[in-house]
Amino acid sequence: MSHILEVSDLEVSFSGDGGKNISVDHISFYVDPGEVVCIVGESGCGKSVTSLSIMGLLGRGGSVTSGRVLFEGKNLLAMTEKELDQIRGDRLTMIFQDPLTSLNPVFTIGNQMTESIRAHMGLGKEEAAVRALMLLKKVGLPDAAAVMRRYPHLLSGGMRQRVMIAMALSCSPSLLVADEPTTALDVTIQAQIMELILELKEELGMSVLLITHDMGLVAQMADRVLVMYAGQMIEQAPVLELFDHPAHPYTKALLRSVPGIMDRRDRVLESIEGMVPEQYDMITGCRFADRCPYRRDICGRPQIDRMIRHSHLVRCCRAGEVESDAGK
Amino acid sequence: MLENDGMDTKPLLQVEGLKKYYTAKSGIFSRNIGEIRAVDGVSFSIHKGETLGLVGESGCGKSTLGRQIVGLEQPTGGRILYKGRDLSHMRKPELKAIRTQLQMVFQDSYSSLNPRKHIFEILAEPMLYHGLADRNNIHQKVEYLLDLVGLAKNALGRYPHEFSGGQRQRIGIAKALSLNPSLLVCDEPVSALDVSIQAQILNLLKNLQKELDLTSIFIGHGLGAVNYVSDRIAVMYLGQIVELADSRELFDHPLHPYSKALFDAVPLADPRTRKRLGGGVIEGEAEILPGPGEGCPFYPRCPRRSRECSAAKMELRPASEGSSHLVSCIHAGQEGVD
Repeated sequence: MSHILEVSDLEVSFSGDGGKNISVDHISFYVDPGEVVCIVGESGCGKSVTSLSIMGLLGRGGSVTSGRVLFEGKNLLAMTEKELDQIRGDRLTMIFQDPLTSLNPVFTIGNQMTESIRAHMGLGKEEAAVRALMLLKKVGLPDAAAVMRRYPHLLSGGMRQRVMIAMALSCSPSLLVADEPTTALDVTIQAQIMELILELKEELGMSVLLITHDMGLVAQMADRVLVMYAGQMIEQAPVLELFDHPAHPYTKALLRSVPGIMDRRDRVLESIEGMVPEQYDMITGCRFADRCPYRRDICGRPQIDRMIRHSHLVRCCRAGEVESDAGK
Repeated sequence: MLENDGMDTKPLLQVEGLKKYYTAKSGIFSRNIGEIRAVDGVSFSIHKGETLGLVGESGCGKSTLGRQIVGLEQPTGGRILYKGRDLSHMRKPELKAIRTQLQMVFQDSYSSLNPRKHIFEILAEPMLYHGLADRNNIHQKVEYLLDLVGLAKNALGRYPHEFSGGQRQRIGIAKALSLNPSLLVCDEPVSALDVSIQAQILNLLKNLQKELDLTSIFIGHGLGAVNYVSDRIAVMYLGQIVELADSRELFDHPLHPYSKALFDAVPLADPRTRKRLGGGVIEGEAEILPGPGEGCPFYPRCPRRSRECSAAKMELRPASEGSSHLVSCIHAGQEGVD
């Protein structure tokens, strides 16, 4: 089975005041057909930069300095904008955290939807409108015809995200990249949106790359999980494997620092002391080392991804000990 | 902290039928189209040393309620009794003295700290103003506060922007504690922080509660965090408390259909308890409608609704005789509702 998306050795840097800053590096992962892959990490770890560079949306100052992004066998990084436009919004689509800024405030929903459908599918005005209406119904919007005539600001956050999903699905995507799609929404609305994404995934057979900071969502949604810390992927594993046998000290601590509603009164949250380094591209060794309870001298040397089991990769030289160590 | 739960001791804070209505306007002439009932007849009490969690989705009125308690918003109706005295009928000088005892920790520590003052000034000013310290012992007091919240002394000469979000929240907590409050209202104190930092702040708050015998109200939409610090939890929906119980009891046996739906929607960080998140999902969204609120606020979305719900007067009642588990649903406890 070939991968839908294969990213190898991606490195992205941003140029700013003090010269070039590496934002993410040594990023390698894949997404298989029909899979839900979650990228999880704290703010500033580079998870959004990773997804934006896949989409070719890095914007001013950001550039991919090395690596390869193969989507359905074609290298996206070698494509021209025009070639990219054929794929983006068609086979490869994305939804964002804040749907209000991704929708044009001066056009109605119907206007914006039919425009993208016509551009990609070459349909006439009427046909495009019929398809748009069908899509809005599919994402569970009550009274889709009325929504078509409305402007974005008149819709609630949950409805807007549904509209974004409808737009993302307007052609027939094989991969949906969802960057924190429910972070701004209430938890009951989040449940509705996640349920919708899973339903559509089944129905259309697409893959989902979900970017989130919420370990709960990861546990409920992911087939495979990629954990990021300070610009690198530090652990990759199938979801059960990751929660049962975390092998990177950061993953392990992260899992123990999430409070839950089923926790008993005597639960003590483990907190990770210190904070994420702000400038991490100068650190040659492990970037988590200064916060890590397993730190040794060897951690100051450059780290590599180790395969500790089938499809379980860890970027830690002490992974074996961490995993077998049930206590601290 | 449960030993304070007995009804024989007087509660530290009592809220009775508290209301906050805003006028809703519409159109270019700002025509009044009715009232938005942000807080609509809320009653509860807290005993010394207890932590009460307030949960609910955005717009349910939990922050407004918190702001009313510390005096940042004037109630439209109802009473707030602090140590048995009604705050809403108090004269200014008296109120000023009492305000020091009711303090608030805000979600956004950046906008609640003056960016042009360094940390020493931020912490010292309220103590000097209220006469809780003088020029001789102020340094000692400020350093004690820093130590209490786990910050180093070199923080004193720095400005708020020089700190990370987690450290700023520590300063926000130190500031709230500087006046020796007996009640601390924490409004989403960890919502803006990353998970690993969240745990640091939650542990700090929990330790402080114990160490200083603080009474607190912890407002949050992260249910796990609220559960971690609270003894009892109140669930709010559209301005009303729909359920209030001991936190373990509430999450183990929720009785109100809204509480159930809310808890069902929370993604548990355990892939073995995977459920279709939509399993218990309720349709639609909470809509604040101007106008007189009759009946149950959750009625339009409720899977258990019956005709009585739209007309019945809602009030918190014990789930069973003498129970401390309070619920406002007229169907709670009936056959088939659990």
